[in-house]
Amino acid sequence: MNTADDALLADLKRVLGDRVRADSAERALLRRDASVFDGGSAGPTCLCESTEEVQRVVRIALAHGRSVVPRGAGTGLAGGAIPLGAPVIISLSRMNRILEVDTNSRIAWVEPGVVNLDLTKHLTPLGYHFAPDPSSQQVCTIGGNVGNNSGGPHCLAYGVTNAHILAIEVVLADGEIVTLGGLDAEPSGYDLRGVFIGGEGMLGITTKVAVRITPNPPAVSTLLLSFDTPRDAAATVSAVIAAGIVPAAMEVMDQGITIAVENYVNVGYPRDAGAVLLAEVDGLPDGVAIDAQRISDIGREHGATAVRQAASDEERMLLWKGRKTAFGAVAQIAPNYYLHDTVVPRSKLADTLEEVYRIADEHDLAVVNVFHAGDGNLHPLLLFNGQEPGIYDRVHAAGAKIVEASLAAGGVLSGEHGIGVEKQPYMHQMFSEDDLDHQERLRHAFDPACRSNPGKVIPVGHSCADIQSLRNVPEEVWG
Amino acid sequence: MSDFAKVVGAEGPVTVVGGRTRWHVGGEIHSGAREVHAPSGVVSYDPAEMTVAVRAGTTTAELAAALAEADQRCALPERGGTVGGSVVIGENHPEVLGRGWLTSSVLQVTYISAEGKVVRGGGPTVKNVSGFDLPRLIVGSLGTLGLVEEVILRTNPIPPRSQWVESHDAYPFTIASQVLRPSAVLWNGSSTRVLLEGHAPDVAASLNSLASIGSWSEVDGSFDLPQHRWSLQPAELNGCSGAFVASIGVGTVWRDEPQPRPVLPPSVIEISTRMKNNFDPTGRLNPGRSAF
Ligand SMILES: Cc1cc2nc3c(=O)[nH]c(=O)nc-3n(C[C@@H](O)[C@H](O)[C@H](O)COP(=O)(O)OP(=O)(O)OC[C@H]3O[C@@H](n4cnc5c(N)ncnc54)[C@H](O)[C@@H]3O)c2cc1C
Ligand SMILES: Cc1cc2nc3c(=O)[nH]c(=O)nc-3n(C[C@H](O)[C@H](O)[C@H](O)COP(=O)(O)OP(=O)(O)OC[C@H]3O[C@@H](n4cnc5c(N)ncnc54)[C@H](O)[C@@H]3O)c2cc1C
Repeated sequence: MNTADDALLADLKRVLGDRVRADSAERALLRRDASVFDGGSAGPTCLCESTEEVQRVVRIALAHGRSVVPRGAGTGLAGGAIPLGAPVIISLSRMNRILEVDTNSRIAWVEPGVVNLDLTKHLTPLGYHFAPDPSSQQVCTIGGNVGNNSGGPHCLAYGVTNAHILAIEVVLADGEIVTLGGLDAEPSGYDLRGVFIGGEGMLGITTKVAVRITPNPPAVSTLLLSFDTPRDAAATVSAVIAAGIVPAAMEVMDQGITIAVENYVNVGYPRDAGAVLLAEVDGLPDGVAIDAQRISDIGREHGATAVRQAASDEERMLLWKGRKTAFGAVAQIAPNYYLHDTVVPRSKLADTLEEVYRIADEHDLAVVNVFHAGDGNLHPLLLFNGQEPGIYDRVHAAGAKIVEASLAAGGVLSGEHGIGVEKQPYMHQMFSEDDLDHQERLRHAFDPACRSNPGKVIPVGHSCADIQSLRNVPEEVWG
Repeated sequence: MSDFAKVVGAEGPVTVVGGRTRWHVGGEIHSGAREVHAPSGVVSYDPAEMTVAVRAGTTTAELAAALAEADQRCALPERGGTVGGSVVIGENHPEVLGRGWLTSSVLQVTYISAEGKVVRGGGPTVKNVSGFDLPRLIVGSLGTLGLVEEVILRTNPIPPRSQWVESHDAYPFTIASQVLRPSAVLWNGSSTRVLLEGHAPDVAASLNSLASIGSWSEVDGSFDLPQHRWSLQPAELNGCSGAFVASIGVGTVWRDEPQPRPVLPPSVIEISTRMKNNFDPTGRLNPGRSAF
């Protein structure tokens, strides 16, 4: 560290004591998130424990001409939490208290470092849960969920994070504290709360959140449908929606991932199926029975070779366990994976999936698919060994083709993982210069000097003049 | 460049006229503003994708009729206004618990900027992360940031059965604990109307559980709602008095007189002012109206 860093560190330590970390091991760790990108360069990490501490750290960073990067659990897959240009990293993971639960108004106030699943576990005895359920929910934080507007299997019926957040306390990049949104029905003014969600840490730092809590449905039915091909599974998904049924979840797994999961946890998935569809309906008992039957019928009409309906809660949990451990299972079959995330219209799922297999083949990569089919949200996992020379070029080239294929099918860049540094180079393929210019104007209203998590989302060239020094930085994250 | 962009142009104060059902919200329009109309018509509708692309000048009634042909509906109200007007006013349907929140239902927005350019934000699919959220910024913006040409909205199936029921003796605040997902619970101080939706046996079962907290009879529809909306916290509703209809569990209250404008905190005003200046530096879009 140079002398400029020493002065910064001294100021930070006056506020946080030994909760400022700047040793090389820590900095190496925080250079990356869960994405395939190699990482940027981390400045000091501040383990803040209160809104006021966050405010003071932001002001110190500002005084030293440094930007800040908020960080939750670092499970992001688009590189949103990767530090560019040695910023001060503000870790929110110690702000992990559930402050208040009000079942009458169905809200809970929580700190941003609360782990997603911990909130739901806390609410279970009260008969409620927090609806967004990313597959990383055992580790990812509410602050990160807000940052990326995260989704999950059950967002098909319940909506992604944005539908479950009422108010957010934010420390802005200039150190001001502001509450966006409110607990009333239709807060007046621009919907700054709605706009902030999915802001990937570039609009300010979340220090407190009012979330909507959802009552647990009295009846739930879970089905596992087997098919010869992913095409049949995808056709079933489209047909279910077309029939006017909106299930709580519809997840598809192809044969590659199904076998990997079976080998890993042995939950009784069929190894010989070309694809399986995990469908869940919830609500009142009669309606649930009706919809489960209809899904089963529609599946059979579209080539389902077997339909298994969980007969007990234990069996239901088992079927979900397979889905939820899918990423762990992949780790058993390949040293590295690149989990991609695009969305296509449901009617294009089967075609795009075939294109994904073709692209992987063409780049000599193995691929497995486990995805939120009900939303048309593809999640191809490209499998590789990071030690292989030149492999990252191939992986990124294949990734670029998958994005292209999804856009060509009328889809979008990302369903739930965000843009970060991963999809930043593709923003031009979806948006015009004028579109991007307006996104940048939105951003500047929150952070005119681009001090909060600079260098992400908006392609370089649109970014603030005062961070031109970062111009080349995104290169350094290319793994 | 679209025809609407040509009509809006790049200079001079301009305002879009919809159905004029909420014309005075946000302040009076400056008399010098040129009045323009947004284009109308459904652009494309694919029920199996649960999305519809519709031009802003389309009436919400026309849109509702088009969706109903495929047994679907959306979050917009049907009160004589236009799609564009409803989106920039940003009010939710009185049956919001069943219809969904307007802000979550606008997937993509195409608008004309103050510079007369066509700008698009969001994406065409039911789920999308597409950078900073321009659609949510436009919802409720009162036409002060951009003039809406077209939107893509999420649609939803019309439930197999919908039934309003009324009680004069049930305590409205316990209904949520009796019924899973009512589509609306409206209370006017002396009686309560609940909209139950879903499969017929579910509606019957909900009615059964309601019987434990009062006596109920079937009615044709909702109460007549007074003109003006108040936005309160759900917990504040049991203090309501006078002539009103309150949406229990939501916090909206309809009254004959408008709600005094709440004063926003200075830092919110600061962000909002920067937003307006960044999007409309010369103040030509809907001059006289302010969303904050
Ligand atoms: C009795 C009554 C009850 C109502 N209840 C509800 C309700 O419960 N929920 C609800 O949501 N609505 C309700 N409304 C309003 C609803 O009818 C309208 O659909 C809508 O909110 C306004 O649409 P409009 O076309 O009439 O807009 P207008 O009144 O014509 O315009 C309203 C504002 O929007 C601007 N605007 C219009 N179109 C555009 C555009 N394309 N781009 C940019 N700016 C534009 C105008 O310049 C103006 O500032 C109610 C109305 C009445 C009369
Ligand atoms: C195995 C695996 C499975 C996954 N499955 C899903 C899935 O099903 N659905 C899904 O949507 N995602 C999924 N993800 C991605 C990831 O878990 C989510 O994006 C998650 O919400 C990130 O939370 P985090 O706490 O790890 O945030 P981080 O990775 O630390 O940060 C994410 C972004 O949010 C910002 N941020 C974090 N905290 C704050 C704060 N307090 N204030 C302001 N900005 C902040 C960061 O700057 C960054 O831009 C998965 C990831 C993994 C590794």
